[in-house]
Amino acid sequence: MSTPRLEAQSVRKQFPGVLALDGVSMQLAAGEVLAIVGENGAGKSTLMKILGGLYSPDAGEIRLEGQPVRFGNVNDAMNAGISLIHQELNLAENLSVAANIFLGRERLAGRLWLRERPMTSEARKLLKRVGLPDALVHTTVGHLAPGQKQLVEIARALSLNARVIIMDEPTSSLTQTETDRLYQVIDDLRASGVSIIYISHRLAEVKRCADRVTVLRDGRNAGELAKSEISHDAIVRLMVGRDLKSFYPRSGRVARDGPPTLELKNVTFAGGPTQPISFSMCAGEIVGMAGLVGAGRTELAEAMFGIRAITGGEVFIDSKAVKIQHSSDAVEAGLSMAPEDRRLNGLVLEKSVQFNLSLPNLDRLSTNGIVSRRKELASSNDLCERLRVKTPSVHQVVGLLSGGNQQKVVLGKWLARTPRVLILDEPTRGVDVGARSEIYGLMDKLAAEGVAVWMISSDLEEVLGMSDRVLVLHEGKLAGELNRDELSEEAVMRLATGAL
Amino acid sequence: MLRIAGVLILLVTLYVTLRLADENAFGSRNLIDVANRQGFYGVLTLGVAVLIVTGAIDLSIGSVAGLAAITFGLLMGEGVRPIPAAGIVLLGGMLVGLAHGLLVTRLKLQAFLVTLCGLFIYRGIARYISKRPVGLSDIQQENPSMTDSIDWLRWVLIGKDENSALLFPAQLFVMIMLAVAIGFILHKSVIGRYWYAIGYNESAARYSGIATDRYRVLAFVISSTLASLGGILMLLDVRTADPNTAGTNWELFAITGAVLGGCSLKGGEGTAIGILLGAAVLPLLQNAMSFVEINGKEIPDSVIPVVIGLTLLLGTIVDEFFRRRAAVRK
Repeated sequence: MSTPRLEAQSVRKQFPGVLALDGVSMQLAAGEVLAIVGENGAGKSTLMKILGGLYSPDAGEIRLEGQPVRFGNVNDAMNAGISLIHQELNLAENLSVAANIFLGRERLAGRLWLRERPMTSEARKLLKRVGLPDALVHTTVGHLAPGQKQLVEIARALSLNARVIIMDEPTSSLTQTETDRLYQVIDDLRASGVSIIYISHRLAEVKRCADRVTVLRDGRNAGELAKSEISHDAIVRLMVGRDLKSFYPRSGRVARDGPPTLELKNVTFAGGPTQPISFSMCAGEIVGMAGLVGAGRTELAEAMFGIRAITGGEVFIDSKAVKIQHSSDAVEAGLSMAPEDRRLNGLVLEKSVQFNLSLPNLDRLSTNGIVSRRKELASSNDLCERLRVKTPSVHQVVGLLSGGNQQKVVLGKWLARTPRVLILDEPTRGVDVGARSEIYGLMDKLAAEGVAVWMISSDLEEVLGMSDRVLVLHEGKLAGELNRDELSEEAVMRLATGAL
Repeated sequence: MLRIAGVLILLVTLYVTLRLADENAFGSRNLIDVANRQGFYGVLTLGVAVLIVTGAIDLSIGSVAGLAAITFGLLMGEGVRPIPAAGIVLLGGMLVGLAHGLLVTRLKLQAFLVTLCGLFIYRGIARYISKRPVGLSDIQQENPSMTDSIDWLRWVLIGKDENSALLFPAQLFVMIMLAVAIGFILHKSVIGRYWYAIGYNESAARYSGIATDRYRVLAFVISSTLASLGGILMLLDVRTADPNTAGTNWELFAITGAVLGGCSLKGGEGTAIGILLGAAVLPLLQNAMSFVEINGKEIPDSVIPVVIGLTLLLGTIVDEFFRRRAAVRK
């Protein structure tokens, strides 16, 4: 093998209390797409941040084209040709695409005056390279779709002559089409000699675009897979160190007969389509809701949960009409919801696990408005145990937990109530494989206990794996319904894209 | 905890300074006087602190207090007995808070703007309804029958006898009682829990099925009600209130106290004990400055705002420093 473009040799990084990397090595050839996978906490992020110049390693060496390098900060890494694209994109939403591409490195006349023309023309070229229409150059980034923003980030990296682009979960908020577009761009970049490190939880994606996979586990190298060896099972086995038998569990749950648990009749809601929507779900079933990003799935769920105003139609729970004007009405009626953006809507990040777990349940944990610390502690300990939340104690600040454990806390908030309907919006986004299978297990168990589980997901694999029935939304309208025996990726996509 | 220790150290330093500056300054008369003012500031601070915990702010406190003082005086001038008059004023304060809360939650306006408008509006109303200062002496002259009950109220709430001699720091007691009540709500009750949750992340609270608007409105009501209580106390204490000046800048003192006491203007932080201690700083600081001499010269009054500003700035810097350290340790 010729000199790798980027190489990490026995990198160690110790954080107070945690040994994040315990001698990790990796190589990246020119024009190669390397996927790095591992559970949360496996050390992927730390490794990326070391490569991207955010952290410096305690021991070990980073070599770029064979030369040892030591980055003091992100700028050093960028100037050396390594760009890190974060999962949460770092774009100034209020500025134009061109302004973002050159942010901090504007072409200037003198020391003060912007030279718009050369920046615009260069930005146009970059946009073409990432497959975006060059007319977008003056568009405000805030108006772009998530997929387009991702591509703008890549354009920005390219403007720095990046030789290595590190993408952290690049597709987590993209639609299927946008993802396909991204793959295309990745292929083009690879062909032009750019090396890419691709971090993803979605194993199907890794399979699609990686030339090689490096698996990390507990801060060490767990193994490597060449392109021909990449398979779902092989990756999972290396990641968790054991076989995951039945990733999508199905413990003989059945949709209960009798009246539906949740029924919507001709419902319209603020910000929704004019055409009313009707559907129902029964106790004991997991109903998947698929659709492209922007199909209105989250909005519909928000309306059901009292976050958005319902403007027409009727909602029945166990055949009783309910009026939902506020989330408190929804909870009262037996609905509960784990929102899509758990850091923004699901959790009070700065507060403890216990604080968060108690929040919707304080009515049960208090007498005459006074919170019982004893009950609270007992309840949250119990929930953490049931959900196997990995946390030093219930007093740990929830923002410090891994994505998977945070999601478990979000779910835990509702377990104490045994809801009638559990709405899960992207329940495993940013969640590692191990925690994912636990969450699936929990969903299965809740359904078996008679909860109607409404799962909104953009992860087709998950929709196909978990759902007993799938509702597909297209531009706010119910495009179709698929029973388990009719389920296939093609069938869902056909409905989701509005094809007949 | 660190925050409370910090403000405690500040307070002790100030008391020591006071003791060193002048023997007399540490006499019980001066200390009672300071305590009384600490109590007064504390009442205003507690109100705004609750609001700050929920992530909002109240800039109208001074004007509300001023309007309350004027209204209280005018009502008694019209022959309303002091206690019912105080009741009416407090009720008015509640309504003001309710209006603020509804504007913020229903129309989704920013608390800063709504209460900034309030700052102007209530000041204007106070000036409109009374062209000249109201005074307890006039009221007592016109309604001699009220003299006793006004004196009694002054004794209970302010600790001053009919000759305006300060006997005990009644306002401090008022404040402590309020602090205990608010502390209990903040730290033991469901309401307090929701306030903290709303302050940190209102959206997460809403997604937890909490009727957040109700709790936010309640915080506005508490702030304005305590501001009007402040107005009542002020008229009783200094016996006169000028519609042009009564209460000006008090909102800033109250916010300063809350921040010194550990409330973050971003919301979600602050403890009752911290607020109590934070509110105690400014009156003590002002008092200490009047005793401290530098090179045999007294510190002019004009410098006091500078010192207040610097104290808050220093407190904020130290706090930020510790916060960063704590963040690194994580």
